[in-house]
Amino acid sequence: MRHLLSTKDLSRAEAVAILDVAEDMADVAGREIKKLPALRGKTVVNLFFEDSTRTRISFEAAAKRLSADVINFSAKGSSVSKGESLKDTAQTLAAMGADAVVVRHQASGAPSVLAQSGWIDAGIVNAGDGTHEHPTQALLDAFTIRRRLHGASARGRDLDGVTVTIVGDILHSRVARSNVWLLSTLGAHVTFVAPATLVPIGIGDWPVTVGYDLDAAIAAKPDVVMMLRIQGERMNAAFFPTAREYARQWGLDDERLAKLPASSLVMHPGPMNRGLEISAKAADSAQSTVLEQVANGVSIRMAVLYLLLSGTTGEM
Amino acid sequence: MTARLVLQSADITRALTRISHEILESNRGASDLVLLGIPTRGIVLARRIGEILDSIEPGSGTVGFLDVTMYRDDLAKNPTRAPSPTQIPAGGIDGKTVVLVDDVLYSGRTIRAALDALNDIGRPRAVRLAALVDRGHRELPIRADFVGKNLPTAASERINVHLLEVDGVDEVTIEGGEA
Repeated sequence: MRHLLSTKDLSRAEAVAILDVAEDMADVAGREIKKLPALRGKTVVNLFFEDSTRTRISFEAAAKRLSADVINFSAKGSSVSKGESLKDTAQTLAAMGADAVVVRHQASGAPSVLAQSGWIDAGIVNAGDGTHEHPTQALLDAFTIRRRLHGASARGRDLDGVTVTIVGDILHSRVARSNVWLLSTLGAHVTFVAPATLVPIGIGDWPVTVGYDLDAAIAAKPDVVMMLRIQGERMNAAFFPTAREYARQWGLDDERLAKLPASSLVMHPGPMNRGLEISAKAADSAQSTVLEQVANGVSIRMAVLYLLLSGTTGEM
Repeated sequence: MTARLVLQSADITRALTRISHEILESNRGASDLVLLGIPTRGIVLARRIGEILDSIEPGSGTVGFLDVTMYRDDLAKNPTRAPSPTQIPAGGIDGKTVVLVDDVLYSGRTIRAALDALNDIGRPRAVRLAALVDRGHRELPIRADFVGKNLPTAASERINVHLLEVDGVDEVTIEGGEA
């Protein structure tokens, strides 16, 4: 693997291979010494043009557990705020000897520009670009689902026949996009439920079923319900009348939680708006995988960094 | 390419039985023994030795496996290797005598990686090494405590260890080298 830009690029075998490596990485987290020497001497740069805490520290923890050196670069208060271009930033990082660059950018496609430009020779990991993709989030979601469904025998398995309902702001969600491609590659059936104003144009070409009624979607007893965050920072138009109306119609409240089968998983990529898209009871229930997702995120990112940075050709 | 048969199924069984007795003898019994196989075929061999130990002294064959991929010194020089799982027996390895089991002992670099991996898991009382075949050409100051067969080889030759559980047949062959 040379770069990880989109889950669309992954075949089923590649995706399963990443999840399997992550299983081995997860085992390390249970040990007294949670560190592997595999990436000793490699430098990973976290290049964050957009605010993020959990993704950045997750990548940082992952790189450190593999013994890589980590440099954090956030655009705020840096040369970027003085007007430096992406090209100059990338070339500066290349001159400092970065082996991998983890990029988050508010513009869709920025990581792929970095990967194809030739400005920098490092492996590029997309950590969220605009409303395009967030591949490691989708991988950790798939990993979490696979672990909950198959437990210790999860290795080597895909998600054939698993039904996943993704609820909320599909229009702005890179998490939803990455999940659609990855989950359908792995054999799962994805359903979107959202207000009509938050469904993107051209969704007819995606491998999903679209619905507008959460109660109907819950009555269909999905294996997984994934609630997306209502992204206040991307709301520049009135997509729904009020937050309370959204919570009433598309929020996973206590009543809807009770109607959900006890075996169904409740997922949320975080950070959660408790009381808006998910109730506190749903977020803290035994069905909720929110904290597992965070823990699994480190394992997935370790797997991705390992596959990107070890080996001569990056082939696997 | 001609492959010459050096060990047959019965030879392998005899060698493993002898190794098992030697392990018990050097450990003065079966107490606090942990066998750790190194993937892939080391795991099979460790299980077989574990079964033999169990038949000699019931309860003595504690077997696990240890993946050393992440500790190799040639990660950057080869195509990416997929790691495999590590499983340490429930009692851990602290204070135990760990016997590492591998199929072929060659440069010694795998064993060096295994020693580093062990270091991150616990502190055994002693670490021993059992190998089905020792083919020489060591690049590190490492030797095996228990050897099935010493096979002097040329570096250009190839040793193939095939085991029933993985390859469907029990045999050790030697290949190439004449060119």
